[in-house]
Amino acid sequence: MLKFLSQRAIFAILTILIVSAVVFGIFSILPFDPAALTCGQRCTDQIISANRIRLGFDKPIYEQYWLFLSGIFLGRTYGTGSAAFTCPAPSFGYSFNENACVTNMIGEALPITISLAIGALIMWLLVGIGLGIIAAKFKNRWPDTSSSVFVLLATSLPTFVTGLALLIWVSIKWKWVPLSLSGYTSLFENPFKFFQYFILPWITLAIAYAAIYTRFTRAALLETLGEDYIRTARAKGVGERVVFFKHTLRAVLAPIITLAGLDFAGLIGGAIITETIFNLPGLGRLTLRSVYEFDLSVLLATTILAATVVILMNLIVDLFYAVLDPRVRIT
Amino acid sequence: MTELLRINDLKVSFKTDDGLVHAVDGVSLTVNAGETVAVVGESGSGKTVTSLSVMGLHKKGQAQLSGSISVNDHGTFKDVISLNDEEIRDIRGRAVAMIFQDPMSSLHPFYKIGNQLAEAYLVHNRGKKKEAMVRALEMLELVGIPEPKKRAEEFPHQFSGGMRQRVMIAMALMNSPQMLIADEPTTALDVTVQAQILTLLEKLKKEFNMGILLITHDLGVVAQVADRVNVMYAGRIIEEAPVDDIFYAPLAPYTLGLLKSVPRVTANNDRLKAIPGQPPSLINLPVGCPFAPRCEYKEHSAESGCNTTRPELLGTSATHRARCHIPESLRQELFAKEVKELLA
Repeated sequence: MLKFLSQRAIFAILTILIVSAVVFGIFSILPFDPAALTCGQRCTDQIISANRIRLGFDKPIYEQYWLFLSGIFLGRTYGTGSAAFTCPAPSFGYSFNENACVTNMIGEALPITISLAIGALIMWLLVGIGLGIIAAKFKNRWPDTSSSVFVLLATSLPTFVTGLALLIWVSIKWKWVPLSLSGYTSLFENPFKFFQYFILPWITLAIAYAAIYTRFTRAALLETLGEDYIRTARAKGVGERVVFFKHTLRAVLAPIITLAGLDFAGLIGGAIITETIFNLPGLGRLTLRSVYEFDLSVLLATTILAATVVILMNLIVDLFYAVLDPRVRIT
Repeated sequence: MTELLRINDLKVSFKTDDGLVHAVDGVSLTVNAGETVAVVGESGSGKTVTSLSVMGLHKKGQAQLSGSISVNDHGTFKDVISLNDEEIRDIRGRAVAMIFQDPMSSLHPFYKIGNQLAEAYLVHNRGKKKEAMVRALEMLELVGIPEPKKRAEEFPHQFSGGMRQRVMIAMALMNSPQMLIADEPTTALDVTVQAQILTLLEKLKKEFNMGILLITHDLGVVAQVADRVNVMYAGRIIEEAPVDDIFYAPLAPYTLGLLKSVPRVTANNDRLKAIPGQPPSLINLPVGCPFAPRCEYKEHSAESGCNTTRPELLGTSATHRARCHIPESLRQELFAKEVKELLA
């Protein structure tokens, strides 16, 4: 087990290194002068070349990459003398557009995106698996048919439609959930405000995913119900409820969790549309803004972060799968 | 002799988009304590449907059953067809147990062997967890699994096919049922393992005086373990007889056809003697004898009408009966020659 874990960890680190190198390489060959992007319209060549030296863009690419990597662990100081400023470790660079260390910017955006993703995940798992179970249990009867209607609607409506609809009707017209103008409040500070802030974005994201999970759960349950080992359980005299909720559901859980882990990782990368509609200053919005503003250091950091989350979630899903399915268990 | 199972005029049909499929059409048979009754036939002849009916394992709403299936539940007879779900559940695994064709997929991949065995006991003896585990180990030992204590902690994928079928048998024995249904128990196993499993079944039958209903398409298996044989064709029993009679003095042309189609090492012609044609559609059975279109002896019964009336299950002996329009004496004469050739 320990051997497996360390192997996977080494593999994960290597992957992240490669991803970061590739991203770094891509950004270095983009037809922009990163130093020129650091100052506004009234720019002189002197300022640009001074900034180039301050930010280390004058150094060869491999040295820049090395500085970037070492900054993650050691922090990084830009410039010299009285003009020097430091981004402490872990430093992912400095954004001139915002005049802030990238790490701090991500640190502000990440809790919002994580809250959004976790809340939506819980919601869509509950709704998706729940509806899937009901649909399978009442196959071809009205609960199943009505769940298909939900699935059809939810999968065909894009998030910008459901999100806007929720915002317009639930928030603005009916005033069920007031528009939160005060911004993000953490769960521990004020749970009520937290839920108020996130409930509509959660629902928006959850609707789209819940539909997929409903379909998946229903199909997997029905397929498993036809398995030989389910017939064996019935032949033992196991009651129908235990057959369904113990023998069948247990077998279906493993693939659902795999799917959920990967979907969750995708969301951490940023739910750009949902964050934009509801004006959530999360990672998705941060990424989007940095694309518009050619804020390369932020873009580099968010890309690497997204890749890291995907790799980590893959690892977690694998470990979880091993717990759930003895056939892939490592001894 | 204690009767354990009496199936009387069982009819099972399934609704499909093409029409009603008459999978089992008037099957009657009995199984007594201490004997193995084989049901033989090709795919789609209704043998598995018959066995699943005894356990009440058909999907709800799909199968229509009529007739009666009396199961001896420790002295009292219960008709499976008229029982409700809870009453059938109570019989399953306790009065009648069943093992299946494919041991590779018949065990739940996520649960430990010991727990799967214990569950079989626990559903009928609530709350007796310790007892169940003790019993599970005893049963594993009984069916010949070495180191039962260690093996009980393992998962199905850590067992070979033969070992898994032993586990299935152990599971079936958890509640000491009087009756065991074995649906093609050796079909998915290789020949040496087949022999071990059959020997095990024989041993259990003798030791516990169990009745076994053996479903198979393999005449070799029948010859090895069966006491009485029912040959099924198109949902009906076409011949029933003690095992020796089936092999040495068959009375139905179909049975003879089956015997002839068994590949033989000694035969020097290299073509298999398959029965020509296909089994009839179970939606639209021919009016006459269902086997008539494939029967090579049809001309011997010109006046009795193979194509117009269904033959009844008849015989001069009380234990040996067959469905055929050809006079029995003529059949005995005709088939004796062929059997002699086969045995030569």
